[in-house]
Amino acid sequence: MIEVIDTERCTACDICVNVCPTNVFDKTDGIPRIARQNDCQTCFLCELYCPEDALFVSPFADAPQEVDVAALKEAALLGSYRRAVGWTDESRQLRTADRSYRLFGH
Amino acid sequence: MTNPLSRAEKLSSSAGSLVLDVDVLVLGGGPAGTWAAISAAEHGARVVLADKGFCGTSGATAAAGTGVWYVDPVPERREGAMASREKLGGYLQDRRWMARVLDRTFTQSNRLADWGYPYPVDEGGKPQRNSLQGPEYMRLMRKRTKQAGVTILDHAPALELLVDENGVVAGAAGLRRQRGDRWVVKAKAVVIATGGCAFLSKTLGSNVLTGDGYLLAAETGADLTSMEFSNAYAISPAFGSVTKTLFYSWASFTDEEGSRIPGASSKGGRSVIARALRRGPVYAQLDEADSETQRHMRVSQPNFFLPFDRTGIDPFTQRFPITLRLEGTVRGTGGLRIVDDDCATTVPGLFAAGDAATRELICGGFTGGGSHNAAWAMSSGYWAGQGAAGFARQLGATSKRQVSRRGTVAFRSGNGRPLQAGKLARGVQGEVFPYELNYFREAGRLGESLRRLDGFWSEAADASAPAEQDLLRAREAAAMLATARWMYRSALARQESRGMHRRDDYPEQDDRYRHYVTTGGLDEVWTSARPLAFAQYSEAAE
Repeated sequence: MIEVIDTERCTACDICVNVCPTNVFDKTDGIPRIARQNDCQTCFLCELYCPEDALFVSPFADAPQEVDVAALKEAALLGSYRRAVGWTDESRQLRTADRSYRLFGH
Repeated sequence: MTNPLSRAEKLSSSAGSLVLDVDVLVLGGGPAGTWAAISAAEHGARVVLADKGFCGTSGATAAAGTGVWYVDPVPERREGAMASREKLGGYLQDRRWMARVLDRTFTQSNRLADWGYPYPVDEGGKPQRNSLQGPEYMRLMRKRTKQAGVTILDHAPALELLVDENGVVAGAAGLRRQRGDRWVVKAKAVVIATGGCAFLSKTLGSNVLTGDGYLLAAETGADLTSMEFSNAYAISPAFGSVTKTLFYSWASFTDEEGSRIPGASSKGGRSVIARALRRGPVYAQLDEADSETQRHMRVSQPNFFLPFDRTGIDPFTQRFPITLRLEGTVRGTGGLRIVDDDCATTVPGLFAAGDAATRELICGGFTGGGSHNAAWAMSSGYWAGQGAAGFARQLGATSKRQVSRRGTVAFRSGNGRPLQAGKLARGVQGEVFPYELNYFREAGRLGESLRRLDGFWSEAADASAPAEQDLLRAREAAAMLATARWMYRSALARQESRGMHRRDDYPEQDDRYRHYVTTGGLDEVWTSARPLAFAQYSEAAE
């Protein structure tokens, strides 16, 4: 479930509010609020769409988790999904890296 | 015929609601909905697409990524692709539909390439088009939908359909949940592309899929079919949401003590896993993937590794607990019955596409996995959009139409006790999640479950409308409930095991049941047997 909007990185662009398919966030005058955490389906898409790598979705789908933002940053886990799918400038080559055709038919 | 610049006409946006007038309204913004909207616009219609969430991220595909039933148009390869799953599907497929879906999928996939989808190229320099990255694909589809002139309403769940005095579907009404107001779209034709129903099981990306479109359509009298083929369960880490069953074909499965579970496997042995999970925890480890395969897995589905990388588990060298999450009709093959090549439903003016529509025509009684569903979304979306545009054109001016709302449960004044959405949803989950009810079916257990579900329905139907902020949840719970009742009535009607439908009391496939089971109804759920199309043709010829 979504656990963190990092207040240092978030620019209050509200993209996460708009793109969340299950409407977990609310807009505020500043940084969005995780208003309905229990509605989070753990799809990681808010994190993927966040241009500032300010969000972290814990992989635990059914229960909230305590997370340590400093440790997540240290481990470069914020934005790791975005980099892995090639949605950052440095990782663009990964957009064509899909090798599923080598895996089908197993 | 193309007229991409004519937009939806705004009739009013005052008094807490947005009112639009269009030719075609598409409900749902996943692959099927976006293909339908683009197709309708390209066939000259003014189109609105309303999505419950955000068109581009909502639905099973956006979060997950998917294989695509994309086969080069070489006769032997096409023949092989059609023949390969006929037995699994219980011989309920229709070759004519399979062939036209393969043709249409080939065309639509190649259009994606023209639009800039970054298909990978293999070692021999050939583009590979049988897989799509969900976020990438759906981001592109949103862009193309807008470029086609379609008006997109995000966070705009439909709550009920509108019908004219002749019973022709005439639009829909819903909420704009981030604005706290209502929308009404008057349309000459409506495409239901709202996906299937996964019962809020958190199978990846599927919590927006609560069967809403089935309920809306059934309230106008639409039929459903093959709803007994609805018990697909996907493997995921026990704690997580990422269901990517294909990768578990490299897994070994063990019990608490570390002993191999005989027969457990992702393909053809998932029921063994379900039985083992009833006894205790089950663990998987992807120890059959060599280093090259591991590399391919990483770049092909980065999201598969999120639960592992973020919990410090190496899935190739360490075992981790797994579970089976219900995918229901998202991976099942049932849905709204379509009656012609345009994907029209049994109700005039109403079309269906993607997982909301039956996939029995190409999958029979067994899921084609994401691959066939993706092909179906592209193809049925294209046809439904084209059909809806054609229907709208034939209908002509409709200014004199008197429209009425068709919403039933959760809209009534009722007995004074408001419908409790959360409680109802949990009640339905209690009837559809357990393997002993849904995976392994038996007349006595199905009957008992139906008795409870029918009780829930009576209660919900008599309840009063909930508070405004609970209305969407109430309608979702009602749709889940209706879906469960169609599933289990149909499951009772099929007294055999075929496709994914397995009956403990009738373990064999039975030739007398080589037909489709049609279902429908709300207060009273009915079923009937329907012959296969080619059987009808042969009778007509005799």
